[in-house]
Parts: sequence; structure tokens; C-alpha cells
Amino acid sequence: MTHVSIKELSKTYKGSDAPALDTLSLEISSGELTALLGPSGCGKTTTMKMIAGLLEPSSGDITFDGRSVLNDKPENRGAVMVFQNYLLFPYMSVSDNIGFGLKMRNIDANQIKKRVDEMLEMVKLPDLGNRKPSELSGGQQQRVALARALIIQPQVLLLDEPLSNLDAHLRFEMRDLIRSLQQEMKITTIFVTHDQEEAVVLADKIALILDGKMKQYDTPKAFYKSPIDEATARFFGCHNFIKGTSNEGNFNSAIGELKIPKPFENGDGTLTFRPENVQITQDNSQDNTFAASVSNIIYMGTQTQLKLKLADLEIDAIVNPNEAEGVNIGDQILIHLPQGALWKI
Amino acid sequence: MSKRKNSPLQNLRVLTGIVLITWLVLPLIPLAIWSFAKGWYFPDLLPKRWTLNAWEYTFSNTSGVLDSLWVTIWISLAATALSVLVGVPAGRALGMYKFKGKELIELMILAPVIVPGIAVILGIHSIFLFLGLNNTMTGVILVHLIPTLPYMTLVMSGIFANYDPAFEDQARSLGASPLKTFWYVTLPAIMPGIIVGGLFAFLVSWSQYILTLLIGGGRIITLPLLLFNFATSGRNDITGAIGMIYILPGIIVLLLTAKHLSGRSGAVGGFGQI
Repeated sequence: MTHVSIKELSKTYKGSDAPALDTLSLEISSGELTALLGPSGCGKTTTMKMIAGLLEPSSGDITFDGRSVLNDKPENRGAVMVFQNYLLFPYMSVSDNIGFGLKMRNIDANQIKKRVDEMLEMVKLPDLGNRKPSELSGGQQQRVALARALIIQPQVLLLDEPLSNLDAHLRFEMRDLIRSLQQEMKITTIFVTHDQEEAVVLADKIALILDGKMKQYDTPKAFYKSPIDEATARFFGCHNFIKGTSNEGNFNSAIGELKIPKPFENGDGTLTFRPENVQITQDNSQDNTFAASVSNIIYMGTQTQLKLKLADLEIDAIVNPNEAEGVNIGDQILIHLPQGALWKI
Repeated sequence: MSKRKNSPLQNLRVLTGIVLITWLVLPLIPLAIWSFAKGWYFPDLLPKRWTLNAWEYTFSNTSGVLDSLWVTIWISLAATALSVLVGVPAGRALGMYKFKGKELIELMILAPVIVPGIAVILGIHSIFLFLGLNNTMTGVILVHLIPTLPYMTLVMSGIFANYDPAFEDQARSLGASPLKTFWYVTLPAIMPGIIVGGLFAFLVSWSQYILTLLIGGGRIITLPLLLFNFATSGRNDITGAIGMIYILPGIIVLLLTAKHLSGRSGAVGGFGQI
């Protein structure tokens, strides 16, 4: 159980003007599973390497339980990193790979063997100890890499894109495995990913990093319900924005007046709402009901995406395929935006 | 299992193999015969009388062959060890990193392969005179690095060009000190290169003549020097016997490296990203 605290951490690489990471601050509670989410090159792997001690920060501090670890060498830091491409040592057997960390700690060979067998059991690969890594599938290699990191019972576990190299059906299996092992061993875990879906399904909390800066640090739900700005909303797949002015529960915009929840601040702003909260309706007596023309329909199996035009405004809606039945491109329909789904940024 | 016919390509390979072996082995046969001959004169196809005299003399204390053999082995081993020591880090730098002046350094390292040793040996001789290294084993070992290092460095830079340093990060992260990381992770990965490069270096040092002659100043007599002495003095039988001993390491190395030299191994490469 380790509380990880990252204080104004920055990294500027030699020969580069723009910082790869710009004053990142994060508090990660003991035993929590946190995702660093951001597009490629946003500085998230840089952050991981700095936590692991494989890269020196330009400024800022990293503490484990209040103690700065910047002067600890990677081998003494208590943070273990699992790389995206697993990096299993190719000339060692699976067992030797898993036991590597214990061997480096000069633990007696019998003890190592016992612990390795336990780990193999835990990651559900009990009979594969004598194989070479090249004889394993991607999912199996990932589990070996995980076992190799967990066997030394690190204070902090760092995972680099843990699900991105896996097929869809393996992702859920691996997600469940990571979650259950992490809960069982109560290891503070940080993982980086560019895939918001991966972050949402795995993490307790997500730190969204865009252009080297942290945008929002919150629960997965909050990123959908209350994104901090347009860029954050867009990253999570929401492209519905209405500019206007709010005044005591009313919001005046180009498409007309909307009723909004009272606590929203008065003044200019942007309203946003998730595409899946847009409702198709027949009843125009309700508040927040607008006429829209359908400019495109994308059938996605379990749901249907509609591209709609409200006056000059383009919005997305995602509805149940049954509701979209009978709706054609060019049709005029009525849509309803429930008050509870609106969020002002 | 169905029986497969040899493809034309395979036939060509077999043919090339036969030609190559003939080319390399045929010239050695007269040498071998000479070492057992008691006179071998034209137009005899084979010597009329056979004897072990040359071999007896070769292994006797008076010939100096055994002393020479030890000196040669020590010099070649030392030059190889030093080549590994310098060539591994140099190969890593050239194979993995980009830096200012890299092209120049590559050229300098390759230069001894292109420029004949005799062109630089007089300059080295005067520097070694100043350092008191002429006529010493140390001097000879050091001068042997000139032709051996390029091979070692080239092989290692090829290895490191295909090497992922993230494995070292992973090992450190798992608790390995830098030294243990090198021992358990880096070394096994680059071992094929060290073996191939080391064997090359050993052979190159083993066959040095001019460099040994000038820096050794006649005090350090290696096998090639001795061989040359007997060859020029017309003792074909003794030359044959020493010659047989002299080519032994080459044959052993050839057998050992055959596996590593065949196509798919990454041991023989170039300078990563030139």
C-alpha cells in the first residue's frame, strides 16, 4: 500500500524546446488503479519512466508515502514497469523470466521455484514454466510479464498500454486478471494508454494528459458527465457543443432557449451533452425539444449513430437501433435533450 | 514423408561448396605431404621416401616451434581480449546511437582494413620507441589491435543495431544492478557477436607478420615469423610441418563459426544506421 504523489513534474528532452511533460501534479491513493490517458506523444510514457526511475525529470518531485524517490536507482525504487511489448528475456524459460526479480535479490533457488509456481498458478499458466517466451501467444506473454513484475511485490506497479496489443476477446480476460490481481495484492497501480475505452474499463481514476499538460483527473464517469473542457469531451467521443449564455436556469443559444439545471454559473459558456443522451421524441410539449434534420445514419450493430442538423449546428446522437427504425436520411425528427444530461463548460 | 528433389538453387550451393573446399584444401595437400617427405623431386608425383624427421624436429626443443606457438597463442588471446574490451562499447556506440562525427569515427575504425599496416608501422615504431614498447610482448599485443579492432567493432555494431536497450530498462526495473543487467541481459544477447568477432580477431592477430616483425624487433618470434624463416631457407619439410600447426586454429574457427556465419544470424552486419 503506497501513496504516490507527483509534484509539478516536468521533462524537457535535450535538443527540444517544448516540454514532453509540463508540471504534472497527481495524488494517487494507496491501492488505487490509475490511468494516465492521452494521445501518442503526450508525455505519458515519459511520466511512467520517470516514476520507474528509468528517466530523470527536468524538475519536480515524485514521492512514495511522502518520501522522495528521485535519488533511488530503478532497482531499489520499488516501482516495477511492465512494458507494452512485454520484453520477456528470449533466452530464458518462462520460469526463469518470472523468477528474474527474485534472483536479482539473491533469494535462494528453492524459494524462487516455489514462488514462481505460485505466480504461474495465479496468472493461470501452470504448465508453461519450461517453455521459451517465443513459444507463447501474445496473451500468455503478457501474463508472464505481469507475473514477473508482481512476484517481487512492488510498492507501485507501472503498466504501459497493458491491453492494446491484445485481441478484443483477450482484452476483457486480461482486464479482469489485472483488476483481480491488483485488488488481491493491493498494489498501487498506474498504467498509461491512448485508448479511452481501456482507461474506462480498467481504472479507478483517470488522468487525462493532452499536449504534456494534465487536463482532468477524475473518475471514469466524470469524464462522460462533466468534462472540464471541449478538448476533454472530444477525447471521450463527444462532439456536441452549443455556445450561448446562461441566466438562472435558462441558456440562450443559436438554436433557441434551453432549460438547464439551476446551479450552473451565469454567463457565456458552452453546453455539452453525450450523444447517447439525445432522445428521439414525438412530443414537442416538453422543454429542450428541437426539430432536427437527419444528415447521416451509421448503423453500428448494437447502436445507431445519427448525424443531425439543428439550424446551423451539427450534433451526434447515438440511439438504440429500434428507435432509429424508420428514420431515413433527410427526415425531419424531434429530439429531446434531458436537463440532467446537460453540462456547462 | 515424400522424397524431395534438389532444387537448382540447392545444386548450385553444393557445387559452390565443392569448388570452395577444393580451392582451400588443395593447396594444403602438398604442404602436408612435404612434412612427411624425405626429398620430393620432379617429376615424382609422390615422394619416394617418407620420414617423421620434420615432425620430430618441429616438436624438439631446439626448433623453438613450441616456444613460438605459446608466444603466438598468448599474443593472439591478449589481442582478442583487448579487442572485445574496446570493440563491444565502441560497437554499441556506433550501432545504437547517433552523434556528431560518427561518420569520421567509422572511417577511422575502418581505415586499418583499407590502409596497409606497413604504411603506418614506421610511425608507430617511432612512437613505441618513445614509450619503450618496441621489442616487448606488450608492444606486439597493442600493435595487433590495429588490424583486429575493426573486425570486432564492425561485428558488434551490427549486433547492437538489432538490439533493443529497453531490455536493460526492464531488468533494472525488476531489480538488477547495472552490473547484473549487463551480465544477465546484455551479455547473453550480444554473445554470438562476441564469439564471432573474437574468433575473427584471434585469427587476424594469429596471422600478423609485418607488425610483429617490426615492433617485436626479432625478439618476439611468433609462428608466422618462424614459418617464414624456414620457408625462405628452403626447408620445405619443416615448413610443411609448422604450416600444418599454423592453420589449425583457422580450421577450428571455421568449424565453430560455420553456424553463425550462415546467412540468417545477425552476427555479421554493418554499422546500424549509417
